[in-house]
Amino acid sequence: MNRRMVLYTVGLIILLEGALLLLPLLVALLYGNDCTVAILLSIAVAAVLGGGAVLLARPKSKRIYAREGFAITALAWLSLSAVGALPFFLSGQIPNFADAFFETVSGFTTTGASILDPASLNTMEKGLLFWRSFTHWIGGMGVLVLLTAFLPGLSERSIHILRAEMPGPTMGKFVPKLRDTAKLLYLIYFVMTAVMFCILMISGLPAFDSAIFTFGAAGTGGFTINSAGLSALTAAQQWIITVFMLLFGVNFNLYYLMLIRRFRSTLRSTELWAYFGIFAAATALVCIDLTTVYGSFSEILRHSAFQVSSIMTTTGYSTANFDLWPNFSKAILFILMFIGGCAGSTAGGLKVSRLVLLIKNCHAQFRRTLHPRSVNVLRFEGKKVEEEVQSGVVMYFLFYIFCIFGIFFFVSLDGYDLTTSLSASVTCFNNVGPGLGAVGPAANFSLFSDAATLLLSFAMLLGRLEIWPILILLYPATWRHRGKSAIGKETK
Amino acid sequence: MKIIIVGGGKVGTTILQDLVAENHDVVMVDSDPAVIEQITNLYDVMCVCGNGVDNETLTEAGAEEAELLCAVTGSDEFNMLCCFMGKRMGVTNTIARIRNPEYNDQSLGFIRQQLDLSMAINPDALAAKELFNLLQLPGAANVETFSRRNFEIVEVILREDSPLCGINLIEMRKKFPASYLVGTVRRGNEAFIPDGHFTLLAGDRIGLTGTKGEIVRLLKLIGQSGERVRNVMIIGASRTSFYLTKYLLSDGCHVTVIDKDERTCRSFAEALPEAVVIHGDGASEELLLEEGLSTMDGFVTLTGIDEENILLSYLAESNGVGKVITKINREEFFSMAEKLGLDCVISPRKLMSDVLTRYARALQNSLGSPVETLYKLMDGKAEALEFKVKADFPFTDITLMELKLKKNTLIAGILRGRRVIIPKGSDVILPGDSVIVLTAGHKMTDLADIME
Repeated sequence: MNRRMVLYTVGLIILLEGALLLLPLLVALLYGNDCTVAILLSIAVAAVLGGGAVLLARPKSKRIYAREGFAITALAWLSLSAVGALPFFLSGQIPNFADAFFETVSGFTTTGASILDPASLNTMEKGLLFWRSFTHWIGGMGVLVLLTAFLPGLSERSIHILRAEMPGPTMGKFVPKLRDTAKLLYLIYFVMTAVMFCILMISGLPAFDSAIFTFGAAGTGGFTINSAGLSALTAAQQWIITVFMLLFGVNFNLYYLMLIRRFRSTLRSTELWAYFGIFAAATALVCIDLTTVYGSFSEILRHSAFQVSSIMTTTGYSTANFDLWPNFSKAILFILMFIGGCAGSTAGGLKVSRLVLLIKNCHAQFRRTLHPRSVNVLRFEGKKVEEEVQSGVVMYFLFYIFCIFGIFFFVSLDGYDLTTSLSASVTCFNNVGPGLGAVGPAANFSLFSDAATLLLSFAMLLGRLEIWPILILLYPATWRHRGKSAIGKETK
Repeated sequence: MKIIIVGGGKVGTTILQDLVAENHDVVMVDSDPAVIEQITNLYDVMCVCGNGVDNETLTEAGAEEAELLCAVTGSDEFNMLCCFMGKRMGVTNTIARIRNPEYNDQSLGFIRQQLDLSMAINPDALAAKELFNLLQLPGAANVETFSRRNFEIVEVILREDSPLCGINLIEMRKKFPASYLVGTVRRGNEAFIPDGHFTLLAGDRIGLTGTKGEIVRLLKLIGQSGERVRNVMIIGASRTSFYLTKYLLSDGCHVTVIDKDERTCRSFAEALPEAVVIHGDGASEELLLEEGLSTMDGFVTLTGIDEENILLSYLAESNGVGKVITKINREEFFSMAEKLGLDCVISPRKLMSDVLTRYARALQNSLGSPVETLYKLMDGKAEALEFKVKADFPFTDITLMELKLKKNTLIAGILRGRRVIIPKGSDVILPGDSVIVLTAGHKMTDLADIME
């Protein structure tokens, strides 16, 4: 394990966070908030911690392998959340550090689950509100991707880091250099965010509100601005957000393909069709189920499309309290929480591509049962799927289920009903945000004990980084030191 | 620049490594997913898994915008077809690795023309040429020749008893007057472009630049010229040995070739009847001694196994053979061979990679004063480049003394017509000259880059 490189990169990430904190600082200054001091202090802490790590751990060799990639990613996200929680904690807006940590993890992992009482949002200072939602935007595409885009020569093997951070079964570059790939990803992300912001502004929303909603939708996070949330928006604005949530849940590789005018390959994407197919089917079913709840068809369509899009992309916004909807609709939304968006997007969940691969695997297994000697080759996106990727997806699903139930098991210790405990675990793990029951869209997560709060924070990180990085961090062999001779050879 | 490499074997990865270090956008195409996986993990390049002749694969690799395609798989025919397809799809320049001697003799020109290849590389012939150069100048550890063949960089390792040890370059020039420059010095792991006050020590690897005749004269003066090689023993009857034997025979040397495989020996003897071809195990000391190892003054190991090459060279060295050259494929073994006292080591892959790197650099800068020749010296720590001066070069007619060069940069030679000028402060660069520049720590693509 190249510990120096791990520490060094984590230090860089903290420094980057310090720099990113300048934006909420600006907002706080603009609105003359009291939290300015807290944010300034947090920046100082980030500078000291990050700078210290960078100076002390200047690596002898920048060589990293898969394990360093995982460790860097996991530690970066943990420290990012810890430092990111400081503004809330120091300003006294969230006096309990476990709660502040939960809130920040929820921000960075684009979950959007909050321990804050919706009413307290109304009194929260603008600077902090901005930071809370801005974490969605940063976490959506990933901090390490951002670091790679900005910093030349991080390591020629940064692919290990990006692979650990980017969601999806495989990670593909679309241009030869990793740094250029990272830059392009952020460029696409930034342009789409800017477009959404402008459209919301044009629709008549104030700039600050537009920014908050844009961050929430772009990162598929789901933090809102006040207790009224999205129900206060006009129908048109709700539609705008519906569409953009859906767009941010699409694999960004496809946007690149469109950028270089390869529309045909874009349209041939199986994942894209499956994604929109699931969205259309779920919306239709919820529409039918809601006929008795709302009056006009346009209202039914708007609410169901919004909610399906919001849950499927794991944003977690709500225009209505879907916890009061009929049970069938709730069931559909609950299932959608598991599926999530496309790989390579800002959305969480299992990912549509994994679902498609799992179904294809099931189909192959079925054929094998019927024709024991048949040779089955899985194809996905026009390419053969290697055995390793196949078994990787199956194993991931297995771990995914284990983790969810493990978390559910421990969360249940707090003694809340089955719906609450289970949906809280599922919604956190899949980075959705609201659950059902006592953690429904109109409620919050403040009811859990500190232990459960921390566990759920951990669940969000597990889900966002797709399990392995965090689990590998806990595995002792990861940290074993290499022998002296090996190091000597490596530095050469 | 956008470059596609087809074939992720040993050669392909070496080239890839160098081109990535040159900061090109490289796409690797290979049909083996395991190779692709490995390369993705190690290098910052894009990998495409598929058949390099298939146009869909090439499209995915971005052949439309690529400026260079290098086909370096093990199959000549595949490489040719791949380049042909690439060219048709819009790649500007194509380079194919073509090894088979049958293609390399008469038909090569025709093939190149028909397939519109920018270059056909034959790694074996390249290596043989290099080996031949080394054998011709046995005092040197390495010889690099610039375009007109009358300007060379010769690397010499200073022995304990060398008269150069302990004196600085100004004294050296007074003591051994000839027309040359000490362009580079490597001490341990560091490379220097020395100035006049630099003091030489035993064990230094110094790079002398000048015309061949002058350098040979200097080597004689300092007593490091070595005997002219007459009898050469080659272990392994590979394609490289075939070319090398051919060159050596035409130079009037006696060549003994040893190989384990009887059929290889037979076809070798058939092609080059003047050579003595021995069928036997080159690793057996008895056989080597029987064939007159101790009377040889040149010994070249060209088997496919690095370990065997290193050990045999060591054996020859301890038997007092004057000039021992070791072929090593894996870069990791270079330092090991050096520790064993084998100072003359070549890697065919590296040679080929140098040719490609040079080509890519020249392409990158086809407007200014482009790179004509490029050599990586001192394990890649220093570079020697030859630039052609175009009419619009802004620094002509200024004496070198007045030019402000970058640190660790030296103008080692000016080739004007048939004349070679070893530059002094009063010389000037004129349009039409070829200028040879030595540099450590800079990447240059244009002659103007040498200025501060």
